[in-house]
Formats: sequence, C-alpha cells, structure tokens
Amino acid sequence: MNIFLQQLINGLSVGSIYAVIALGYTMVYGIIRLINFAHGDIMMMGAYFAFITVFATGMPFYMVLIVSMVLAAVLGVTIESLAYKPLRKAPRISALITAIGMSLFLQNLALVIFRADPKIMPAIIPKRPIMIGPIQIGTVTITTIALSIFFMVLLDFFVKKTKPGKSMRAVSEDKEASILMGINVNKTISITFAIGSALGALGGVLYSVAYTQVFPTMGVMPGLKAFVAAVFGGIGLIPGAMLGGFVIGMIETITKAYISSQWSDAIVFGILIIVLLIKPTGILGKNEREKV
Amino acid sequence: MKKRITVLMIITILVLSTVLAGCNAGGTTATTAAPAAVIKIGVIGPLTGDYSQYGVAVEEGAKLAAEEINAAGGINGAMVEIIAYDSKGDKTEGVNAYNRLRDQDKIVGLVGGTFSGVTLAIKEIAVEDGMPVLTPTATNLEVTLNAPNVFRACYTDPQQGSTAAIFAAEELGAKKAAVLYNIEDPYSEGLAVAFRDQFATTGTITNYEGYTKNDADFKSVLTKIQALDPDVIWLPDYIAKVGVILAQIQEMGIEVIAMGGDGWDGIEYDYADVAEGHYFVNHYAKTDPAEIVQDFIVAYEAKWSKSPNALAALGYDSTKIMADAIRRAGTTESAAVVTALAATDMDGVAGHVTFDENGDPNKSITIIQVINGEHVVAGKVGGN
Repeated sequence: MNIFLQQLINGLSVGSIYAVIALGYTMVYGIIRLINFAHGDIMMMGAYFAFITVFATGMPFYMVLIVSMVLAAVLGVTIESLAYKPLRKAPRISALITAIGMSLFLQNLALVIFRADPKIMPAIIPKRPIMIGPIQIGTVTITTIALSIFFMVLLDFFVKKTKPGKSMRAVSEDKEASILMGINVNKTISITFAIGSALGALGGVLYSVAYTQVFPTMGVMPGLKAFVAAVFGGIGLIPGAMLGGFVIGMIETITKAYISSQWSDAIVFGILIIVLLIKPTGILGKNEREKV
Repeated sequence: MKKRITVLMIITILVLSTVLAGCNAGGTTATTAAPAAVIKIGVIGPLTGDYSQYGVAVEEGAKLAAEEINAAGGINGAMVEIIAYDSKGDKTEGVNAYNRLRDQDKIVGLVGGTFSGVTLAIKEIAVEDGMPVLTPTATNLEVTLNAPNVFRACYTDPQQGSTAAIFAAEELGAKKAAVLYNIEDPYSEGLAVAFRDQFATTGTITNYEGYTKNDADFKSVLTKIQALDPDVIWLPDYIAKVGVILAQIQEMGIEVIAMGGDGWDGIEYDYADVAEGHYFVNHYAKTDPAEIVQDFIVAYEAKWSKSPNALAALGYDSTKIMADAIRRAGTTESAAVVTALAATDMDGVAGHVTFDENGDPNKSITIIQVINGEHVVAGKVGGN
C-alpha cells in the first residue's frame, strides 16, 4: 500500500511538470489556434537561463526561478512578434511550419552556443528524502509538486479574476468581436505568450533540477508528452491541460511501476489514440468548435 | 548544410596538413638520429566530432609511448613514429583510414580502432592482409574471433560484467542484486546479461529492468527496486545516464551499493557527490600506487596538461606492446610480428598482459570505489 502511495506521488511529480508545460501549449492554441511546437524548446532555453544564472551569480533557487521565467517570457514574446505575428493572416499550416522551424532553430542555437554535452545543473535544492507519515519522498519531488500547483492556482486566479485574464478569454472566444469591444488583441496575445513561456521555463527548471542535466534536445520528449497531455485534456482549455498533464504522468509512472519501463511510452500514446477516437475534442472538450 | 560541409572540409584539410607536417618533422629528426630506420605505427580513432574525446585520448597515449620508446633508443635502433587518422567513429571512414595507413604510410602495425564497430569493419580487411592489429579499447567479443592477427589490450564486456558480479558476491557479501540497464545500447545490455548470469549462480536477482535512452525519470522503477531491498544495484551505462540515476537514488534515500562498468570512468568530474561510496570496474586506477601507473600519469600530465583516462592508458599500453613485439620479432615483417604479439608477456599501466588463443588479454581487472571524489582501488581480480 505504501509503495502504491509512493508511486502515486512519483506520478504526481512527473505529471505536474507535464501539466505546467502543457499549459503553454494550450493557452497559445486557445488564443491564436497555433500549435506552438517551439514551446518544448522554450522550456529548454528556460533551463539554460537557470543554469547560467546559477553559475554566474550563485543566487538561491527561487531567485533563479524568477530570473529564468522572466527571460523565457521575453524570449516567448520576441518569438511571437518576429515569427508568428507576420503570419497571423496566413493559412494556419504556414504558422505551424514556422513553429517547427523555430523549434529547430532554438535547438541548433543552443547546440552552437552550449555544445551537445549535457551541462550538470548544480543541486540548488538540497536533495534528501523526507518522511511524510509512512512514505519517503525526495525534496525535489515535493518542491516540483508544490510549485506547479501554486502556479496553476495563480494562473487560474489571473484568468478568472483579472482584466488581462478576462481579455484573454474574450480573444480566445471571438477575436473580431473582442476588437470591436475595444480589447487590444496584440497586447493580449503577447501576454499569453509571456505567461505560457514563463510556465514552460518553470517546467524546464524543475525538470533540470530533478534530472540534473541541461542539454539542447532536452525539450523534445517532455514537450511532446506535454502536447499529448494538452490534446488529451482538450486543447485550448486550461483545466484540460492540467488534468491531461497529471493523467499522462500518472499513467506513465504506473506503467513503469507495475507493467514495464519499455512499454510506458507505447501505453501513454495508445491511450491518447483511444481517447481521441472516442472523444476527439479531449476529455474536457466540448463538441462545438473553436470555443473555450 | 553546404556551409557545414565546407567548414568540415576546411577542418579536414587543416587537420591533415598538421598531421602531414608532423610526419615530415618526425621523419627528419628520425633520419638524423638513426638513418633510414623509422617504424610507423598507425592509430585509428574518432579525433573530431562528438566522440573525439575517446580517439584523442588513445592518440595522446600512443604518442607519449612512442616518445618514451624513442628516448630509450627506439626499436632496435629504429625510431617509432605514430600516424593517427580520424575515423569520426564511422565505419567507412575507419576503413579508408586503414587503407591509407597500409598503402600510403606503409605501417608495420595498427593500434586501433578505438570503437568496436569501426574495429569490426577494419578487421575484415586486416585479416586478409595479415596486418598486426592491436585494438586498445574495442570491448565487443567478436573483434578477436577468427582473426589470428587481431589482438586487444582491454578486457571484453562479458569479462567485466561477470567480474563485477563475483566482486559483489564475494567482497561485498551481496545476496540480492538489481539490474537496471539501457535496452537500446548493446554495450549496456551485454554487461547486464553477463552480470545477471554470473550473480544468479550465487545469489538472487531481484529486478532486471530496462529503460530507453530518452528516459529521465527513474523514480517509479527505483521505488519498485527499493521495495525488494537489494544489496547491490548494477548500472551498466555511460556517465550521463548513470549520474541521473544515482542522483535519484540519493534523493530517494535508497540504501544500496551501486556498481557499474568502465562507462563510469570520469564520473567524479560531474557526479562526485552522488557516486560517493559506489564501485565500478575499470581498466586501471589513477590512484594505483604501482610505479608504472604513477610514472605514466606524471609523464602524461607533463606532456598533455591533463589527467589521463582509461583510454589514454590503453593507447599507451597498446603502443608499448606493439613496439615490444616488433623488437622481439627482430623484423618488420607482418607474420613475425603477429607471432611475437601472441607471445606477449609484459607489464602495462592497465595490468599485466598475456594473450589467450583468441588474442584477448589475460589481465587483472581493477575495481574502483569512489571516495571523496577520488578513485580508490577496492580490488584487483586476476585474469579469467
């Protein structure tokens, strides 16, 4: 029983990283109907920003996290205004191809600047086990879960209760009508990219601290899984991304624990196919198009 | 892409020109020292690209050995010259390099290749040529099979896996062991199988788990392993992956002794704290007090301003073994050198070497424990 509980917590920790990354996918999709394939690489850049900050300044963990999230937000907004904005009126496929190009560009940029060998992330969170009741949990695992949930609650509050959040919801429902209502669409899209990228960086920092390494292709696999999570929960929906992230992380962990490590990816993607066959809009998706 | 090719070409030309310039310079000094007597030994390894660290280590070890041999009067008066070509870790490039060494440079013997894959490709041609080949580092079992002229200076994958299992059972008193290996890598799988088969004869294998190269989260598998409470966990992979696993073992507070193969060599640079107290099998130990080891380290550091890894030691040993065989043969003729190689019986940095009928070394295997970020010799297990 304790082992099962422990595995659930392992799953929660993996899932929370997927969930924060999935939020970036889903928010961008919700607002401009673009699958931002460069998002996994923004996560990677976020991890490098953190790595550089730790080495250059030796700041404590929370400061490193803030610096990395701010830099990633700036990067996200820059990418949007340089690469995606000029294509906003173009067919969707053009923007999608641009996103893939941006992803490859960021990976290769990191490759040129930082080289292929993995950089070792210093242990900015002291790593040791903590006993909670009968179960033993690592400090990094707890930090990951706590921080992810904290930022998700914060995001939920932002979207529901603040003015920019309200305009985000409005733009995602109907862009033309929002313009008529006097909402600054460009600013709203920039804010969305900033928040999504900052959450991506959060995922990147947590990922690199948990798994000790930073390297140019580190964003590919988690990015793909997070994308799956977003689709799984219903792309475009913020609660869907969170749910999807946790479910994917949980399935993966339980498969590894009780079936086999080698099968975990096959089972995760298999379940995705089944869900999409039964409910093409994802678990929380409504069956009407283009609504959030 | 086109630009990259141009850059690569420029690099290749530059590398070649330095190598050739080096040859010329070496040739001239050799002529003044001992007229018309230069013995050329070829080295093949990845000298550029992602794996360059491995090939460069072998080349540097070989050049250091050649320098020492020449300083001591050369081979029967002839100066040794090392000619190193780049394989980029690629089979075709490796075969091209071999052909060039044989036809253009007329080498007496080959110290190479560095990787098992390249060495297997070269072996096919070298067997027909009867060329004396001594690979310093190719651990794949196939390399020396059905090839009377191909020898190796390192132990094989099955040897290190089973040696580690014996050490775990006898020296660490382990009764239960878990195995966690990379299913996508033949090296990792080879070591996993060898360890499992040997350990199962004296103890229990609690878990035999595979992972893929993209896996980063091992907590669920480790939780599963922790529940069965093994004494030892066998992690036969390279540092980048082993470090990630060890960090999670530490974070989860699992009390288990981790062990690994020669892929762990150098783990103390990035993962000293998580590798603390754990063991791995290696070709030699930097802290081995034996005179031959310490002299080598001092000389290597003086010449190359860095600390030698196991590959450098093996490149150094292989060159000395090859030179010794040529000296005993008394001629540079291939057949005689091969016969002399087979009769090798000498001390090297990485242990005493004699060859069995396949051309594999009967040599001691060193087990190292990482203590305070240093390699400490925990045991030496005799050959076979």
